[in-house]
Amino acid sequence: MSETSKYETVVGLEVHVELHTKSKIFCGCSTSFGAPPNSHTCPICLGHPGVLPVLNRQAVEYAMKAAMALNCEIASESKFDRKNYFYPDSPKAYQISQYDKPIGERGWIDIEVNGETKRIGITRLHLEEDAGKLTHVDGGYASLVDLNRVGTPLVEIVSEPDIRTPEEAKAYLEKLKAIMLYCDVSDVKMEEGSLRCDANISLRPYGQEKFGTRAELKNMNSFRGVQRGLEYEQWRQAEVLDSGGEVVQETRRWDEAQGKTLSMRGKEEAHDYRYFPDPDLVLMRIDEDWKARVRASIPELPDARKARYQADYGLSSYDADVITASKKLADFFEESLQYTKDAKSVANWIMGDLLGYLNTNNLDLADVKITGQGLGEMIGLMEKGTISGKIAKTVFKSMLESGKLPQQIVEEQGLVQISDEGAIMAIVDEVIAANPQSVEDYKAGKEKAIGFLVGQVMKASRGKANPGLANKLLVERLNG
Amino acid sequence: MASIFDMRLQDVHNKLRSKELSVAELVDAAYERIGGTESQVKAFITLAEDAARTEAARLDGQIAEGGELGLLFGLPAGIKDNIVTEGLRTTCASQFLDNFNPIYDATVTKKLKQAQSVTIGKLNMDEFAMGGSNENSSYHATRNPWNTERVPGGSSGGSAASVAAGQVYFSLGSDTGGSIRQPASYCGVVGLKPTYGLVSRFGLVAFASSLDQIGPITKNVEDAAYVLQAIAGYDPMDSTSADVSIPDYVSALSGDVKGLRIGVPKEYLGAGIDSGVKEAVLAALKVYEDLGATWEEISLPHTEYAVATYYLLASSEASSNLARFDGVRYGVRADNPDNLIDLYRKSRSQGFGPEVKRRIMLGTYALSSGYYDAYYLKAQQVRTLIKRDFDQAFERFDLIMGPTAPTTAFRIGEQVGDPLTMYLNDICTIPVSLAGVPAISVPCGLSDGLPVGLQIIGRAFDEATVLRAAHAYEQHTGHHALRPQL
Repeated sequence: MSETSKYETVVGLEVHVELHTKSKIFCGCSTSFGAPPNSHTCPICLGHPGVLPVLNRQAVEYAMKAAMALNCEIASESKFDRKNYFYPDSPKAYQISQYDKPIGERGWIDIEVNGETKRIGITRLHLEEDAGKLTHVDGGYASLVDLNRVGTPLVEIVSEPDIRTPEEAKAYLEKLKAIMLYCDVSDVKMEEGSLRCDANISLRPYGQEKFGTRAELKNMNSFRGVQRGLEYEQWRQAEVLDSGGEVVQETRRWDEAQGKTLSMRGKEEAHDYRYFPDPDLVLMRIDEDWKARVRASIPELPDARKARYQADYGLSSYDADVITASKKLADFFEESLQYTKDAKSVANWIMGDLLGYLNTNNLDLADVKITGQGLGEMIGLMEKGTISGKIAKTVFKSMLESGKLPQQIVEEQGLVQISDEGAIMAIVDEVIAANPQSVEDYKAGKEKAIGFLVGQVMKASRGKANPGLANKLLVERLNG
Repeated sequence: MASIFDMRLQDVHNKLRSKELSVAELVDAAYERIGGTESQVKAFITLAEDAARTEAARLDGQIAEGGELGLLFGLPAGIKDNIVTEGLRTTCASQFLDNFNPIYDATVTKKLKQAQSVTIGKLNMDEFAMGGSNENSSYHATRNPWNTERVPGGSSGGSAASVAAGQVYFSLGSDTGGSIRQPASYCGVVGLKPTYGLVSRFGLVAFASSLDQIGPITKNVEDAAYVLQAIAGYDPMDSTSADVSIPDYVSALSGDVKGLRIGVPKEYLGAGIDSGVKEAVLAALKVYEDLGATWEEISLPHTEYAVATYYLLASSEASSNLARFDGVRYGVRADNPDNLIDLYRKSRSQGFGPEVKRRIMLGTYALSSGYYDAYYLKAQQVRTLIKRDFDQAFERFDLIMGPTAPTTAFRIGEQVGDPLTMYLNDICTIPVSLAGVPAISVPCGLSDGLPVGLQIIGRAFDEATVLRAAHAYEQHTGHHALRPQL
């Protein structure tokens, strides 16, 4: 691989996010995913002669909300334009989009990479309609057209060319996703296509101000794919430049299977979309009252939450980042804290046992039954000494599967910790009698042997003995 | 020959109620007249005879049961073939849509159904409403009932000719730059282009969305008021539809024009205006004077730019509006394409006629990267100036009047090879369309045996005053009662 470090990478991302309104942006058809092909269509989204679009107010409010959460200035006047092109995914042969008066402009988000915070500018956020879906079959002999998706509202979010590494691109996408989820405007599922990302990437020698010639990357189907595609393209362009060549301005497709980018079309084949204001729609006026109402509906966003978790609960930057990346997880964290004051412990359980389980089994928080109340109460039981840390692991596992509260699990499974000295002393005596070698080792000064003996007490009590008490009683007996 | 369709609407309804007349007889009269005249006039593309007779029987049954009659109850109507009618072929006079049966009704189609008129058939027009003579129809050229060697005007030529020939009681047309008013003028009937936004465009196959309006073509002003009453009003399906209250247009026809101030743009009576037309218009203004109105010459200074502005804007919008016709989902698909792009190219090359292609190319060019500012954007700016001309005139005048068209109907074939001359036929109607204000064409006599139209232009949403002035004139002259001999 060639030396890339003499070039600075410049990346700008164009992200499309589907808004999860109930109906489409310009007609009353449903937007739900996975319906039989062409079942969610009507004369309007099919583009039949004579039909007219009527704007869905909810889509506008979602777009405003998203733009506000990305710190954009919200337009007081916004309009829709037609983007003209012929393709079977677009039954009107134009897409209703926004050209020069987008809903939001000049925003930003902060990302964190390698412990450093960096601000990435958002050029604009605009609202538009989605296209249909083509499935190419029989080795290119035919294409199947499904127009269910036509007219699903989308926001296109264009970043400034502020991104300098593929890692930053990934962090940007993760932050964007988190913000959309917090705002509750989209499902943001890349695998269902509700988030799609194109990237512009160019290289320039360090110190040079002028941007290099860029390539536009398409067809990246995961955040990881975006990172890998950019890594490949960064390497490819460096190779071209190192060998004295020039990067060609073109559109390239990321091929996940081959692990490389392939040329799709050159600059000269670029479309002239002939944008012009859509005469079927009127100018959209967004007054201050409307803006204020939408702004009031935005919840606390991930950055604010993260800062609060660090300040109020003493969480590490990393833990706070991971927990606030998902609104559901952060809400879970806060729910737990209604039942225990030990935020550190809650965070540890989330970072370790919960996320470990979810990641190992490729599950989402919504797929498991444990509640924040369950985790909080479980920690409470540990604090009171009702259960040991070891039993807590069992209880936690049980909560994941059943969703029952810890008290019930403890009672049903008889997991209450034994703190009765007499009962433990009886087990201690049994263990001492059964392990003469360890007893001898301890008495010979091998303090470590006590750990083994405590373990034996725990084993004999099936984990229920209070381990502190077992230790104390063992030491008393052996020294006595 | 006195026609059953010359009866006033209230008289028709009275006779229907008293069973002196039936809807079936009205519908019979329509098809009988069509049978006797259509070979000369050729106004229709598609007749809906079975459906019309079924509907007539249903309506006659309704009378038998008693109850309210719809506003346009039982009246035989023709609908321009760019207004979609569910299950009734809608071609836009294009072979491209020869097989197109819409799956929904236009809002005006629904409103006519509510008003209980009977649809007789779909009327010929210039293909996709592009043209002023009906010679651009893929099917046939409609002929002017006053002289079948002459064009009926266009694009709503079938709509005007069918009313003039007594084939229907009324018709609907659409007007983008004069397409209701100019054929009404040529055929000696009344044609009203409402204010942009008064009548829903939902279901009107779009030519130029910012200009298109549906309106009535009738034998007299009273009928126009009734039909407008039935079709006007806010439509939530059309974002450009105006949420205004609709007055009672018929009761506005008081016959009184005393004190009305009329502006007459010198630009509408200057060079290029036929002397016979000018004479008829000046005579009409004299009638208004006699009736107590006043008029004076004014200037709408940006008139000379209107035609160029219109052809840039309308063609730009058309290039996008007509992009959906590709032969894939509806319409006629070309055979044996090599690939997708070839399918588009062949279908569109075979489907569209020359005038439509000319305008698509013009509009595509005007919107192209690098030309947009010089053409489309500049034209939008000029449109604003033209609109301002009207705003300023209406500060001092209640109405603006002039000829509807510079000439009477020209000979078939006379201008086919000369699109620029053809475009100038709309010089008096286009500025009104660009301003979005309402205008009516009413017959104001004959010149060399051919009808001349007086254009009466009003303030936005002031159709009531336009209709009142037109009606008063009509009642005092009787030009509207002249009928062609077929």
